[in-house]
Amino acid sequence: MSVIHHLNDDLLVSYAAGALSEGWSIAVATHLALCPDCRRRAAVADAVGGAMLDDLDAAPSEDRSWQAVRARLTSGSEPEKSHPVASPQTLPQPLRDYVGGDLNGVRWQALGKGASQLRIKTADRATQVRLLRIPAGKPVPEHTHGGRELTLVLTGSFRDGDTIFARGDIEDADASLTHQPIATPEADCICLAVTDAPLRFSSWIVRLVQPILGI
Amino acid sequence: MTALPDGQADKSMTELLLAVGRSQDIDAFETLFRYYAPRIKAYMSRGGGSASAEELMQETMVAVWKKAALYDASKGAASTWIFSIARNLRIDAYRRERRPEFDPNDPAFVPDEAPAADVAMAAFQDAGRVQRALLSLPADQATVLKMSYFEDQSQSAIAAALDLPLGTVKSRMRLAFDKLRTLIGGEPS
Ligand SMILES: [Zn+2]
Repeated sequence: MSVIHHLNDDLLVSYAAGALSEGWSIAVATHLALCPDCRRRAAVADAVGGAMLDDLDAAPSEDRSWQAVRARLTSGSEPEKSHPVASPQTLPQPLRDYVGGDLNGVRWQALGKGASQLRIKTADRATQVRLLRIPAGKPVPEHTHGGRELTLVLTGSFRDGDTIFARGDIEDADASLTHQPIATPEADCICLAVTDAPLRFSSWIVRLVQPILGI
Repeated sequence: MTALPDGQADKSMTELLLAVGRSQDIDAFETLFRYYAPRIKAYMSRGGGSASAEELMQETMVAVWKKAALYDASKGAASTWIFSIARNLRIDAYRRERRPEFDPNDPAFVPDEAPAADVAMAAFQDAGRVQRALLSLPADQATVLKMSYFEDQSQSAIAAALDLPLGTVKSRMRLAFDKLRTLIGGEPS
């Protein structure tokens, strides 16, 4: 059950640099929780940040800065945060924080054709983040998008063309792609979807209800 | 600033940070401070936010002191760990967004298959080696990386600033990172 479809390097680098906005970062962090391979690459991207910090031109430090910091040091280090969580959990951290718990507490909103969604609020206005639940064997309504779309599978799996995406796999689609992911027949598929522009559904019926559902 | 010749300087930074974590060694911390404080201040002043670079530098160094016991040298060099603390404080101060991060203690977390990647780990712990790799990047790739790491610019902001298609920015980042990984040898797969 190991991950096959990974994060593209530009996402890992932007995330490590601190230049990736919150919406995309949720998908990156959730994938990293499920993928040791990408964590190794992320560690290299962090090391690039460390080397760049080393490389910055630096004036000698000022004594008054040191005195100010020294005065703020207290003894006794910060206790390690430990907050035991009941296992098992389906949604990894940090996604649970955003959803407000694991999947069983989700209050789904119908999207039509049996599909449903949960909108996830962030401080990032450039993206839209949601959980999508697609019934077994059913398609996500066909859509194109104005920009990038990241889809990360959390339960079940979906097929897009000839490619299967299962738990932990991430599909990275750009604006040019009109695609039709279909949940595989065994189970409902729940995924995290992040887009940088409102989804435009192609079918007229969904376009009709789009303003009402606010998707 | 020249690259560290053989990672020695950073190795000693790592030892100093471990000493702070182990025994709250104030002398070790002062040496770390003298080296990192000006660099963190320079880093903070490039973000272009309203908070003062001096204040954010002090917050970072106080956090380094408090969290030093959590530093794990097997996960990366001191500068990498300190960078990540500075980066997170900068996002907090300048963008007012959260930075979602995975939690290794989470029951849903998928742990590493084997801690066998010792060799690969050692490679990117060597900050001097990473610095030398950075110096070898073509200028256009280095520019895109610097705008990301230092100026906190999104891919689309970089594309606009350099008047390039977004796809070109992404591909420069991918090429740069690919080359760095090859040179650093930190990627076993
Ligand atoms: Zn991965």
